[in-house]
Amino acid sequence: MALLEANNITKTFGGLTAVNDVTLTIDEGRIVSVIGPNGAGKTTFFNILTGIYKPDKGTITFGDKPIAGLKSNDIAALGMRRTFQNIRLFNNMTVLENVLVGMHTHLRVPFWHIIFKLPTVQREERKARERAREHLNYVGLDDKREELAKNLPYGDQRRLEIARALAGEPRLILLDEPTAGMNPNETAAATTLIRRLRDDLQLTVVLIEHDMRLVMAISERITVLDYGTKIAEGDAHTIRTNPRVIEAYLGKGAADAA
Amino acid sequence: MTPTVPSESLWVQVKTILSNGPPAYTFFTLYALISSLLLISNPRTSLTTDIIFVFFLLLVMLVYRSSVHKYFKHTILLFQLCIVLPYFGTLNPFYLEVATQAGIFVTLALGLNVVVGFAGLLDLGYVAFFAVGAYAWAITSTNQMTLINPDWVPLPPIAFYPFLIFGLILGTITGILLGLPVLRLRGDYLAIVTLGFGEVIRVLANNLDRPINFTNGSQGIREIERPNLFFADFVRNTLGWNLSDQKLYELFFYFAVLLIVFMTILVVKRLKESRIGRAWEAIREDETAAIAQGIPLVRTKLLAFAVGASFAGAMGVIFASKQLFINPPTFDLLRSINILAMVILGGMGSIPGAILGAVLVTLLDLQILPRTANVLRDLQRAGFPIPAAFDPTQYQRMLFGLLLVIMMIFRPQGILPDERRKEELIADEPDDLPEQPDQSDSGTPPPSAATPNGSK
Repeated sequence: MALLEANNITKTFGGLTAVNDVTLTIDEGRIVSVIGPNGAGKTTFFNILTGIYKPDKGTITFGDKPIAGLKSNDIAALGMRRTFQNIRLFNNMTVLENVLVGMHTHLRVPFWHIIFKLPTVQREERKARERAREHLNYVGLDDKREELAKNLPYGDQRRLEIARALAGEPRLILLDEPTAGMNPNETAAATTLIRRLRDDLQLTVVLIEHDMRLVMAISERITVLDYGTKIAEGDAHTIRTNPRVIEAYLGKGAADAA
Repeated sequence: MTPTVPSESLWVQVKTILSNGPPAYTFFTLYALISSLLLISNPRTSLTTDIIFVFFLLLVMLVYRSSVHKYFKHTILLFQLCIVLPYFGTLNPFYLEVATQAGIFVTLALGLNVVVGFAGLLDLGYVAFFAVGAYAWAITSTNQMTLINPDWVPLPPIAFYPFLIFGLILGTITGILLGLPVLRLRGDYLAIVTLGFGEVIRVLANNLDRPINFTNGSQGIREIERPNLFFADFVRNTLGWNLSDQKLYELFFYFAVLLIVFMTILVVKRLKESRIGRAWEAIREDETAAIAQGIPLVRTKLLAFAVGASFAGAMGVIFASKQLFINPPTFDLLRSINILAMVILGGMGSIPGAILGAVLVTLLDLQILPRTANVLRDLQRAGFPIPAAFDPTQYQRMLFGLLLVIMMIFRPQGILPDERRKEELIADEPDDLPEQPDQSDSGTPPPSAATPNGSK
């Protein structure tokens, strides 16, 4: 069953067509990658899916709800969460607080309960903290929960972003270059984590990634963008042998040489 | 070379000894008693009394910062603020007035701190909300009502009490009205527009005397109604304290302000530690990331504006009634900047910081500078070569500016920066349910529910 359907998405910035008539269907419970050379429009495509940009043309359905044109926070509340290519944590908040912010849409005690400090508030807060620590445990950061996010090492920051996204109890999680800048060990750990997201948590995962080994190893379906257009789609093997993909990455003539 | 013991270590030792255990309790009890006795035995306005007064107030902060038992803290605070200070105030109204003013600004600083410190929205027209509350009571409780419409009569004095709530609501509404068009702006642009808004309210107050006389223009509104003292009989007859009306009013306003300060602190603290406070902080840190967590940007910012403005509105009502007279210059830009300076001085986003900042600036304004001026004048008369035109009160703005510059260089985070995290680590643990000692063993089951949660 398709969890996310994006049909004929187009987005232009001035004269530049960043995403051109891209159609993408993501089935529930899959790990899907979007790859392409730099500037291919991958992140723009993510930004359209998550509501940061409105598409000029096209429709997006998430679950069975049309979400094109909805506000970013409403889309997040529906259960689509993301991480950012250039890590965007709340730097001066603790690790635990970062995750708690991720749970915002699930915390519902009314304003006046908070003002009068009714018992409901403490109950919810305690539950939220327990839950947040479960998430931190899951990515292996629980022992650092009181540290400020900005003081974490790079790899931990990436994991914290994932924990924060998980805190929203999403159905779909979009990871924008989750292993960028990582060394091979960290990348291996991240790969395991991403696979676990799907296997343990039955999440649907969409990846933007440049590390081809990772992409080929874990994605069940790969979509290739080049200059904003979808040039190929299929499983790892199909993509690896697709001449247009090879051309996009290595230039004309490379396909023949290969 | 033997390392010299840094002088700080001694200071740190003293601090540790005096912040918990029997020495702390003895120290604070003695401090409270001695400073109170000294204060009460020196009711004359003088430099000595000033110094004692500052020491007296210092205790409040020291006790607050130490880790003595909650009840002990509260007892000391209650003793100092609700018994000694008011009693001293009946001996010397000047110091009670200083305390009341300080309280008013504490509330304003706390309110502005919500907007600027928590949510990171630079508001340079904050005094407008204060003005709205003040003018609302000034207009409705005086003859201005009859000037607006001959059939209307001024509100009776007793209406003051419900009007406090009305001031709160009015502040909230004004905050939302300003917020709606403005909150799509960021940073500098927001600051400029709020600055403009503050001026608009002042100019409105200045010019709304024609064609219908709402505000009496630049002459201001006089003879603003005071609440009636329904408790006067009780105090005089039952308690047997024979206080004049004037003294009763002074005490009344002091306690009213204290009550509002107390409520403001409670509300602000609870909000800060809630999901709402976290959302504010998240927006301050990174708007885009905050939205991606499902935080509705405009609504959350509006809430900050509304909460901040509400206290200012209610305080405005008290202020107008206490001063008996308000005019547009009372609410000028400098006032807004003054409040902002309090927040920055104390430490943005920090509740004790905002309180300390407000008290410090008020003391500087009302006590320290005029006193220094007096001392200088005395010296001059005694023959010291001090130019006659030199008057520290004239240099108030310059001194503030200097103070801020110095702060920015040496302690940009403010005098008492936000220490919530530290406090959480120390204080919260015993209060909470016993935590599972350590659940970080690797076999922990994954979070169970990744099931679609309520979303269809």
